[in-house]
Amino acid sequence: AAMSRKGMKLLVDSLTRSAKHFNKSEVECLVKLFDTLVAKACREYAGAGFDRTVFRDTLHSALGMMDEVVLDRVFSIFDGDNDGCITVVEWVEGLAVLLRGTLEEKMKLCFTVYDLNGDGYISKEEMFQMLKNSLLIQPADEEPDEGVKDLVEIALKKMASTCLFVAFLLQDHDHDGKLSFTDFEKAVRDENLLLEAFGPCLPDIK
Amino acid sequence: MGVTLARAAQWTAAGSGTGTLEITPLNESLLNQIIKFAEDFSTKHPQEAAYVFREPLEWKTQLDSSAFGEGYEINEATVQSEAKHKDGQPLLVLSASTLRVRSFDQLSRLLRIAMEKKLKEAQACLEANRDPIVKILGPEYGTIEGEDTSILHLFDKVKKESDLEAELKMKIILLLHQLDLQLLNSSLKQISQDVRLNPAAVNNEVNLLRNFSGQGEDTVLESLEYTSDYIFSNGCRAPPWRQVHGEICYLVIKPHDTDPLYITCSTAGVFLNGGQLKGKDIDYERKSDLYKDIITFLRERSPRFVENMAKQGYHFSKEPAHKKNYQHVEDAEISDQSQSFYDFTENRRRGKVCGRGKSSSAGSPDERSKLCMKWESSGLSASQSRDKAPKKNFEEEGKHSTVPVTTKKKASGQSKMVKIKKASKCKASSSLEDLGESSSDTDEDEQPVRRQEGNTDLSAEYWGIQKLAKYVKGGDPTATVIALCSMRDFNLSQETCQLAIRDTGCLEVLINLLDTEEIKCQAGSLKILKEISQNILIRHAIADLGGLEIMVKILDSVDTNLKCLAAETIANVARFKRARKTVRQHGGIKKLVELLDCVSVGTSYQGKDIETARCGALALWSCSKSTKNKKAIRTAGGIPLLARWLKCPHANILIPVVGTLQECASEPSYRLAIRTEGMIENLVKNLSSEHEELQMHCASAIFKCAEDEETRDLVREHEGLQPLSDLLDNSENKQLLAAVTGAIWKCAISRENVLKFQEYKTVETLVTLLTDQPEEVLINVIGALGECCQEQENRGAIRRCGGIAPLVKLLTATNQALLVNVNKAVGGCAMEPENMLIIDSLDGVRLLWSLLKNPNPDVQASAAWALCPCVENAKNSGEMVRSFVGGLELIVNLLKSKDKEVLTSVCAAIANIAKDEENLAVMTDHGVVPLLSRLANTNNNKLRRHLAEAIANCCMWGNNRVAFGESKAVAPLARYLKSKDPLVHRATALALYQLSEDPNNCVIMHENGVVKLLLAMVGSTDDTLQEAAAGCIANIRRLALATEKAKYG
Repeated sequence: AAMSRKGMKLLVDSLTRSAKHFNKSEVECLVKLFDTLVAKACREYAGAGFDRTVFRDTLHSALGMMDEVVLDRVFSIFDGDNDGCITVVEWVEGLAVLLRGTLEEKMKLCFTVYDLNGDGYISKEEMFQMLKNSLLIQPADEEPDEGVKDLVEIALKKMASTCLFVAFLLQDHDHDGKLSFTDFEKAVRDENLLLEAFGPCLPDIK
Repeated sequence: MGVTLARAAQWTAAGSGTGTLEITPLNESLLNQIIKFAEDFSTKHPQEAAYVFREPLEWKTQLDSSAFGEGYEINEATVQSEAKHKDGQPLLVLSASTLRVRSFDQLSRLLRIAMEKKLKEAQACLEANRDPIVKILGPEYGTIEGEDTSILHLFDKVKKESDLEAELKMKIILLLHQLDLQLLNSSLKQISQDVRLNPAAVNNEVNLLRNFSGQGEDTVLESLEYTSDYIFSNGCRAPPWRQVHGEICYLVIKPHDTDPLYITCSTAGVFLNGGQLKGKDIDYERKSDLYKDIITFLRERSPRFVENMAKQGYHFSKEPAHKKNYQHVEDAEISDQSQSFYDFTENRRRGKVCGRGKSSSAGSPDERSKLCMKWESSGLSASQSRDKAPKKNFEEEGKHSTVPVTTKKKASGQSKMVKIKKASKCKASSSLEDLGESSSDTDEDEQPVRRQEGNTDLSAEYWGIQKLAKYVKGGDPTATVIALCSMRDFNLSQETCQLAIRDTGCLEVLINLLDTEEIKCQAGSLKILKEISQNILIRHAIADLGGLEIMVKILDSVDTNLKCLAAETIANVARFKRARKTVRQHGGIKKLVELLDCVSVGTSYQGKDIETARCGALALWSCSKSTKNKKAIRTAGGIPLLARWLKCPHANILIPVVGTLQECASEPSYRLAIRTEGMIENLVKNLSSEHEELQMHCASAIFKCAEDEETRDLVREHEGLQPLSDLLDNSENKQLLAAVTGAIWKCAISRENVLKFQEYKTVETLVTLLTDQPEEVLINVIGALGECCQEQENRGAIRRCGGIAPLVKLLTATNQALLVNVNKAVGGCAMEPENMLIIDSLDGVRLLWSLLKNPNPDVQASAAWALCPCVENAKNSGEMVRSFVGGLELIVNLLKSKDKEVLTSVCAAIANIAKDEENLAVMTDHGVVPLLSRLANTNNNKLRRHLAEAIANCCMWGNNRVAFGESKAVAPLARYLKSKDPLVHRATALALYQLSEDPNNCVIMHENGVVKLLLAMVGSTDDTLQEAAAGCIANIRRLALATEKAKYG
């Protein structure tokens, strides 16, 4: 889409401010990249943005992210207004978190990715969905899903341990089997490796 | 036969004399073969059998005349054979139970007559005739140890005189050789079958039995004790003269149902000995058969032992059964591996299908499947070791259902241990090439102790870890990270958990994970390894599994966090020599040094940089315990980096940095660098840190560096002496105290520093540290006091603070380093007559004197030096010295020492002792004159000086002056005048003056051109030298005049 020089400058300025983690020239590059992607996409959105497929392919080829479920989730997070189309603002701000985000922002991103139904908790079922393909070797003599279920329990125990204990003290059984954002945050602060506990959703920066 | 008898046969008493052949299976079979040879000789070789021996074989027999029949003339107790030699002597004579046999024919017949006593007779015969060939063929055929020339000899003979006898001899000797060869072969076979016990095996067995011994019905033994608690360095308890016979130790075993059994454990096996004699001695003779181990022996001796042993549920395995057992384990493992290989291929197929399914939807499939493969390749190595331990147990359980489960688990655990041991042994031997590895330096080199894998009940931790291990092994990175993080919730500082990780086979997987490209898995794995490598067994296992190499590789990673974790883990693992060597050989030192080089610019330290440098320094600290690594750190440019970090104010980085520096300060190159790079200032500054550990390393670095004078001055200039002195008040932390007192000691070598210490009343504080301190503190405290004694005031201070009594008391210590310092300090104190009174009253001189008998030359020398001021300052010192019985002889004999310092110090002491005429007389009787003269040809100025003093003082008795001349001491002394040391001149002039009283000496001196040199010395400002030189010249001159007068007068 052709944009006046002045319009471009304004856009870049405002994005640099809102996306925080990029400097002007970086924002400019990203906007240019956005333009090429839009050009590649079908004309459905009339140049305002691009769709899921383009997004997925781009993230896959540029950042090496592979998991389809995760990519879908990341797309929905980028697509703040849920219209199936990534605009330039959504693009730059989304990437800012994905590439340069603080631990805080990344935790939020990951949690949202894992919270498949968006109810504010990661439930056992959601964990199961995320982890179901994670066992390369199935224990021979067990039910096929048994291993994954076990792993879900382990993860839940690991990440919700303190809160479960509090819940136990308060006789609060509602907490059972779910992971709130507080749990998640605490666990990750304790052990950064757990940021992507249920599957890779951030690009590997190497 | 000669060779076999001398070498292979087991004689009881080694060496010459009449030994007896022991009844061992080996000897028995040898004897049987010899008997067979002799018996068949007359039929197989009739011609040779008739050959008459040069000398009869003679021995005490147990046969009596009644046994002989046809072919013998029997006359009461004497028997003669009818067959006679040419000269009329019978070929067999028996009289008064002495048997003489002169041919093989008779020998064969005799053996046939002897029937079942054959063995006894043959044994007696061989015992009495240690080298039968000599008797048979003549002395020229004897086997000289090491070479057998009999055949050559015979050849010569045959060539010269080809008579029948020579030919016969030739045949006989060939036959005997054949026999010899045959015997050696069969004995070799026997020996190789022998159980060779070793001290470790015996010890293990004893410990095992002890576990089942004690009071009570069910124990297998009442008690089991070594006869000696002393263990030689080779692990044997037997005295050295018995170790020669292969004996390892002696045991007293009290079974429930028999008398105490006194047994000997030797390399050949276990047997009953003659028991304890009066006192502590043991009758070493063997009184029973040989058994392959103690348990087998006891099974023969004590039925109750067998019965109760069965009750213990201990599984007795005979040799073959044992081997079979082991085989099973191996089998199980192999099948396990093939199983997991199957798993893997299966897996890979599945993985590929998945990959393709996905690639249809998202772009660049190649790249993705590549990533998949990478992960899988790590999965392979992981799956190989999957569930090894438990499977093994199950396999075994299936195979012998009769044996209780508990013992088997033990067995499998042990066999595993054995394997690990083997592996580490292999590596150890391969490291032999690296002889340069500092074995001498101070490094604590740990050896993994082989411990009883005692508790057979597996803990809850074990099962918990095993469950997680399953996911670490078989999960994708996400699952692996979850499992790894969860594993860290176990208390990994606890040994049960550490060993559980090893025993579940998880350790291999953790190490394999390091070799993947998954940063998160690497980090997760390292976080666990970092914790569990606190355990020595784990450390060795990590090194054995090749973990160090991979961790060194990780030091190149782009991820700083990962590098830190790897460095920290290396710091833990590299606590033993082989690990340190591995790190170096894989280029780890350079990479670790680079971790220190992460400061961008200036003095503002980033938190991340400090952390990285801290981890690097920690690893370098561990590595720096090997000399070669110290060098590697230096060549990698580590010193300036360490110096830079030394300026940083953070204690957590300073501790490993200073730790490394003080470790490396054992090398002169580092000491130089520490001085020249200005590190002393920072070391001094950190003496006032709040962290005791940091203070300790700083003090310890100064301790090592202050060997150099300039460093000592720098410490003073940077005002380091006061903080050192202040640190003495913290006497609770002994390590700190040892380092601080060490630093004070070395600093006090410089006199200016002593004056400073005087100002800080350091001596007074040091004296309070003379009691109730560990040895490493005492050594340094006393070393420091010894140096402080340079100053008269300090000598007084020591006395006033009551320091002399504890010092003298320490003369009875045993630590040699301590003794050297105590001697020096006591000697220093003895320079004050007032101190000497106290030393004398405490019998200190006698104690010093007896230290001359110490085997260590440093102790001898320091004691002799200390004696000098004692003899000089004690009242009635002549009387006192004479009262030491044998004392003068002792000190004179030390002139035979090979140590320069001992010689010098003893000369100095003798110079002092010789001032007493009576003592000089005694020393003269003990040959002091020739001993001193023998030392005269030396270039060592210190020795020259004290030797000349001793000679000067020894001239005062009898005709010693003449004696010195006769033993050629004068000419070398004359040459001393050409030395550049004025102290040598003075002592030499004194000696020459004394010697010049003898005209012959004057002649020698004159010939050696002393007059000119002495004339120059007459002009010296040193009065003593002047007078002595002048006196000597006068004597020479007087002689010359007298001669002239005699000639012309």
